[in-house]
Amino acid sequence: MASRPRTLYEKIWDGHLVERREDGTCLIYIDRHLVHEVTSPQAFEALRISGRKVRRPELTLAVPDHNLPTTARLDEKGHRIPIADPQSAQQLAALESNAPEFGIRYFGATDIHQGIVHVVGPELGFSLPGATIVCGDSHTSCHGGIGALAFGIGTSEVEHVLASQTLLLTQSKTMEVRVEGELSPGVTPKDLILHIIGTIGTAGGTGHVIEYRGKVFEEMSIEGRLTVCNMSIEGGARAGLIAPDEKTFAYLKGREYAPKGEDWDRAVAYWKTLKTDEGASFDKSVVIDASTVEPTVTWGTSPEDTVSIGGKVPAPESFADPSKQKAAQASLDYMGLQPGQNMSDIEVQNVFIGSCTNSRIEDLRAAAAVLKGRSKAPGVKWAIVVPGSGLVKQQAEEEGLDKVFIEAGLEWREPGCSACLGMNPDKVPPEERCASTSNRNFVGRQGPGARTHLVSPAMAAAAAVTGKLTDVRDLS
Amino acid sequence: MDPVREVEGRAYPFGLKNVDTDIIIPAHWLKTISREGLGEGAFEALRKDENNVFDRPEFAGAPIIVAGDNFGCGSSREHAAWALLDMGVKAVIAPSFSDIFSGNAFKNGILTVALPQAAIDRLMEVAETDPISIDLENQTVTTPFQDRFTFEIDPFRKHCLMEGLDEVGLTLERDSAIAGYEARQTGEMPWYAKGTALSA
Ligand code: SF4
Repeated sequence: MASRPRTLYEKIWDGHLVERREDGTCLIYIDRHLVHEVTSPQAFEALRISGRKVRRPELTLAVPDHNLPTTARLDEKGHRIPIADPQSAQQLAALESNAPEFGIRYFGATDIHQGIVHVVGPELGFSLPGATIVCGDSHTSCHGGIGALAFGIGTSEVEHVLASQTLLLTQSKTMEVRVEGELSPGVTPKDLILHIIGTIGTAGGTGHVIEYRGKVFEEMSIEGRLTVCNMSIEGGARAGLIAPDEKTFAYLKGREYAPKGEDWDRAVAYWKTLKTDEGASFDKSVVIDASTVEPTVTWGTSPEDTVSIGGKVPAPESFADPSKQKAAQASLDYMGLQPGQNMSDIEVQNVFIGSCTNSRIEDLRAAAAVLKGRSKAPGVKWAIVVPGSGLVKQQAEEEGLDKVFIEAGLEWREPGCSACLGMNPDKVPPEERCASTSNRNFVGRQGPGARTHLVSPAMAAAAAVTGKLTDVRDLS
Repeated sequence: MDPVREVEGRAYPFGLKNVDTDIIIPAHWLKTISREGLGEGAFEALRKDENNVFDRPEFAGAPIIVAGDNFGCGSSREHAAWALLDMGVKAVIAPSFSDIFSGNAFKNGILTVALPQAAIDRLMEVAETDPISIDLENQTVTTPFQDRFTFEIDPFRKHCLMEGLDEVGLTLERDSAIAGYEARQTGEMPWYAKGTALSA
């Protein structure tokens, strides 16, 4: 096996094989497990009922994010403000007691380390290159940005990992998304991944693990790589990967749970071997010309419904596939759009800058750079900036970004998933539009009847300034 | 998990086709923290009808449901299996099941028995007045009236159900292989083994 040239995915897979069963399924070792309040309560309950313990508590990290309101968490006296929704409160309380009961490190609502699971993992050096990482959330693919094999799982698998630190899996096929050339100025990783999903479609990666390859990714920051890999799931893939390199090592070095001393040197030596071998073949390959990528936005209710900001709302008849024609019509009805409308004429009433796709420091800097010295358009009723973690929030405040947002008329919130999904109080009102840096524009995702346009942080900031979807390059 | 060898008792003569997971447990029950108590939400919408089969006193605690085609279609929510388990159901008999539901049922120790429509029709009739019994060992469903239907089941699932083995339990039987992997990893790549134990 070792002599055959292998892809990065195959190397990580082979490295985690505990046993292969006769039917071809494999018992795979899981190095890192992230746990949040929504998909874990029944898993812990099952352990309790069966009298099982967590096999390796130190390989699991628990942090609340989905349900947690992003408004102030402490009152003036420093007391915790209770959570209004009783079911959210119950799920949050369950995590808070399950974690210590099973010996798992837990960062609560007011801890500086609290944040969205997929922001917290990499920034603490808990997520490492070459590791297998799981979480009961489909955007776990995010951690592929540092060269880890990371994917989402369901509640019974959460229980399986807690008890055994393994999963029974079948190996995925491999897919290469090769981006050639360079991105134009003003085009960001978010634009690129939206463009890729628009090209391959939401089923393009089904059954595959995608490896993103090309100079664009080598030159991309770690934050950008996390953004790209985050949305692999929107392209149908279970996971996305970018080979770790010097940038990855520099990003991780010195972080709380990153290896130290001799371990660090040995780890880096190993991580340097984690790249697809010359001559290895992929089951599927897609080539994208970077120079054709423009700032990209979505017009419909599927992440593949993308168009460049200079483009128009498409006519359903323009699609070859009859089922796509029907879906496009339904999308336009839901979104309240007409074919032929200029994307840059679409007015938005809400702006959301946040989510595990785009809430890291670099995202906030990009938004602040656009908002500095400008202010929110009067037609924008609600515009919030939600840092991905307490550490991101702290750094942004040190850099004065919070002031830029507040002076521009945006709200500066506490870390969490926020308006990425309608599970907590941050929701977009029915039939209103939102320029959102999140990852899903599904019907009702940001609240019942909410109309989502997926954009990059800079484009969200530009929309806040003009009150319309706007090419950020026209602002400067 | 409790072993399932025989399931015997009254059976709800339900009979509905295409029962989706939303019918079994509506979405507003998903924001819960326990598998227990979901029985209260099971078939909630149907139970608004006062003549519904689930609230007829003679069926209180019945361990079997007789249902129509394509039982458990719709979303992948595991809550559907938890809700049935919580209401005391140990087996569902229907002409067919959705794959995801039968997987979730199996993971939670619920037996799904597929029988032809003619057998279902007969069992619906018997269930109104008399108990039904399922013998997993011999793969038969019988009634007090000498009816006898045989069914197929995957041998691996049969073994797991009869021994009360869940997937986690089965994996834990591979403890020596897992421990072997961990020992190797701790030696060769100790940085993966430390996790949050490596706190500053
Ligand atoms: S920010 Fe959104 S996509 Fe990311 S973990 Fe939270 S809910 Fe999931």
